Amino acid sequence: MIVADRKSLQEILAMVADKKKILIAGCKGCVTVCNVGGLKEVEILASSMKIARKKEGNDIDIDIKVLERQCDTEYVAGISDVVGNYEAVISLACGVGPQFLSEMYRDQTFYPGVNTTFFGGATQHGVWEERCAGCGSCAIHNFGGLCPIARCAKSLMNGPCGGSSKGICEVSKTTECIWDSIVKKKMESGKLEDLIGVKGIKSWKTARDGGPRRSIREELIQGNI
Amino acid sequence: MRLSYPADIKIIQVPCTGRVDILHLLNAIEDGADGVYVAGCLEGECHYISGNLKARKKVAYVKKTLMEIGIEPERVEMFNLSSAQGARFAEIAREMADRIKGLGPSPIKKKTHAA
Repeated sequence: MIVADRKSLQEILAMVADKKKILIAGCKGCVTVCNVGGLKEVEILASSMKIARKKEGNDIDIDIKVLERQCDTEYVAGISDVVGNYEAVISLACGVGPQFLSEMYRDQTFYPGVNTTFFGGATQHGVWEERCAGCGSCAIHNFGGLCPIARCAKSLMNGPCGGSSKGICEVSKTTECIWDSIVKKKMESGKLEDLIGVKGIKSWKTARDGGPRRSIREELIQGNI
Repeated sequence: MRLSYPADIKIIQVPCTGRVDILHLLNAIEDGADGVYVAGCLEGECHYISGNLKARKKVAYVKKTLMEIGIEPERVEMFNLSSAQGARFAEIAREMADRIKGLGPSPIKKKTHAA
């Protein structure tokens, strides 16, 4: 899923400091799963903001709406009848949400209420870790199912660098050296020879380096499936 | 026992403090309550195993939020006592009422009244 962190209450309050009537739009997709932009978080943010503004003697009227997804125009269209009723909208979806909203409703201002961080998963309740860099040409099967692109600080493809010590990356004491894990896993399964042989230079054309990407599925466009 | 406790405390019964939500506490403050406290069972004696422990965490979250807003976190509190401790219940009620009186009215209420 796409993982995000909520912006601080103060930062969000500052964004809409001069507004008196706003909408907070949540998303039932990834940000609900990572507990940052679902119904509960939208309600908590709305209540917290109302308390803060009441304290200043500057009440704010806040409505809430949680869209099925903010990354599909059919669901973004779901607020067409009310979006004009507000001075601003705070989106608690990932960075895709406020952009889809801004593209559809050109006269409205959409503020991001979260910082979108990475593609990852929850390793325990409340802890999310990066697992994918979206490079566009997956090859994790070559590395025991562990991605060195996303999980090695240098995205090395042919083994660890000199900054690997006792399984820890020099970047941070809490960052595992994924190459240490890859090698250990291959040794455990008796397939260390899989790693022998220099991997060719990776083409980054499919990654973000090739500019903004677009995925086209002709069969879907034509409605065949 | 016929114990008395401050009349300005409004009791809302829930089956277990595990039912208390962050929003219940925030909404009470938002609507002008000077303080809110949760009276749960003794830790380790929750009939639903961990309801009171969850409530404590929710209270802690709301305290943090209030601090961020600049409102005294002491206005929200978690207490633990057994259903057989009637005297302790009255004592907690007095303790919390005294604390709130010391803090004064909620800054939200003051501003709203001023407006």
